[in-house]
Amino acid sequence: MCLGVPGKIVSIDDMVGVVDFWGVKRDVAMHIVDEPVAVGDYVLVHVGFAIRRIPEEEIAETLSFFEQMAAEDLEGLSPPGAPPKPGTEPEALP
Amino acid sequence: MTQATPRRLEFRDVAQGKAMRARLSHAVAQAGRPVTLMHVCGSHEQAMARYGLRASFPKDLHVQMGPGCPVCVTDAPEIDACIALAARGLRVLTYGDMLRVPGRAMSLEDARAGGARVEVVYGATQAAQIARASSDPVVFFATGFETTAVATAALLLDDPPDNLVILSAHKWVPAAMEIVAQTPESKIEGFLAAGHAATITGYGIFERFVERYRVPVVVGGFEPLDILSALVLLVEQVSAGKAEVVNAFPRCVSREGNKKALSALWRVFDMADGEWRGIARIPSGNLALKPEFAKWDARERFGVELAEAPPVEERASAAECLCGKIMSGIAEPNDCPLFGKACRPDAPIGACMVSSEGACRIWHEHGLGLR
Repeated sequence: MCLGVPGKIVSIDDMVGVVDFWGVKRDVAMHIVDEPVAVGDYVLVHVGFAIRRIPEEEIAETLSFFEQMAAEDLEGLSPPGAPPKPGTEPEALP
Repeated sequence: MTQATPRRLEFRDVAQGKAMRARLSHAVAQAGRPVTLMHVCGSHEQAMARYGLRASFPKDLHVQMGPGCPVCVTDAPEIDACIALAARGLRVLTYGDMLRVPGRAMSLEDARAGGARVEVVYGATQAAQIARASSDPVVFFATGFETTAVATAALLLDDPPDNLVILSAHKWVPAAMEIVAQTPESKIEGFLAAGHAATITGYGIFERFVERYRVPVVVGGFEPLDILSALVLLVEQVSAGKAEVVNAFPRCVSREGNKKALSALWRVFDMADGEWRGIARIPSGNLALKPEFAKWDARERFGVELAEAPPVEERASAAECLCGKIMSGIAEPNDCPLFGKACRPDAPIGACMVSSEGACRIWHEHGLGLR
């Protein structure tokens, strides 16, 4: 049961969206995704509920993170989203 | 920032994977000793097996699967309670992977073969649809970790039909990680936390854990590069003697998590002490419906106590089953004398061989650890 799958919203009607999982389309509940979603957005879906909008810029960020991780000279790198120092607020998303 | 979004959001670049693997070997060598890590998610085990990552790990890196299979940790008496409701003639809806898991006397599948009305649903929404189309009480066996519990919560907050009855066996994973960290035999030096659960909870909840147990936690996604990069960041911390929370899955996980989902979760559920099958009674390990949802709570409505099901002698071979030790991170599937012999996917003895998210089932299907 515990399986998260990313897909792309192809249509949306109030709280139910149709999400394309690369060929398989499913109705997905939008009650608990925590930001506005629109057709064309990527979402992470778990047991029929979208639980996260996956922003394009975070996908690009992931690609550069992997590039860094695979680079040869790796001293001093930290991943995106590394925890802030205690007492500071987390960085805003780009 | 100009790179194209990968098709299907797959992150599987072979050259990058090889480079990360080299970096992983280097980090393990730097540690100068075998390093044992734990992940707590069936999907991580599936991904490691499917993409052959285990075969590429350095010899001195051990990645054990902990209590990360929701089906496996559902306690036998919880299944018995569900069977007891079905035995009263009630219609019971369940996630498909719970069907074959043995209770103390039988599984839901056995009960169905005996005439009980047990049906498989894809999720909570479908359970509500079925209840709305019926006038009889319909029982939804609500199993799974916090990610799945959120779906149950959303259902109960969205005008649920009166005839829908919830039998909650939901579990809260962070509580089980505490138990593993406290296990004296445990050699775990770092945790790979499940990216999808952390999408809900946020990685901030691991900060106190890291402080208390002085072991690093890295939140990882489920693509091969997600897993490799997260393991690198874990082993590098182990080698350097550091213990920090790092989020290696930022495209889905934030520090605070999904506030809307968490708010729904804690409006509907209270933490409760609960048995995790074969592991321990875990303080705050279960999620019980709050009293204001008593109307939909099977235990309130039908008085189902976990003790109600008759105790039945376990099959003799089940005594040798190592599921509990495997889920506690002190044994691997091939340490079990039953693995691949008396216990196989077509004839499972322990819950870890039943579920597609169980370590034994995954290892067996991918030919890992078979002699």
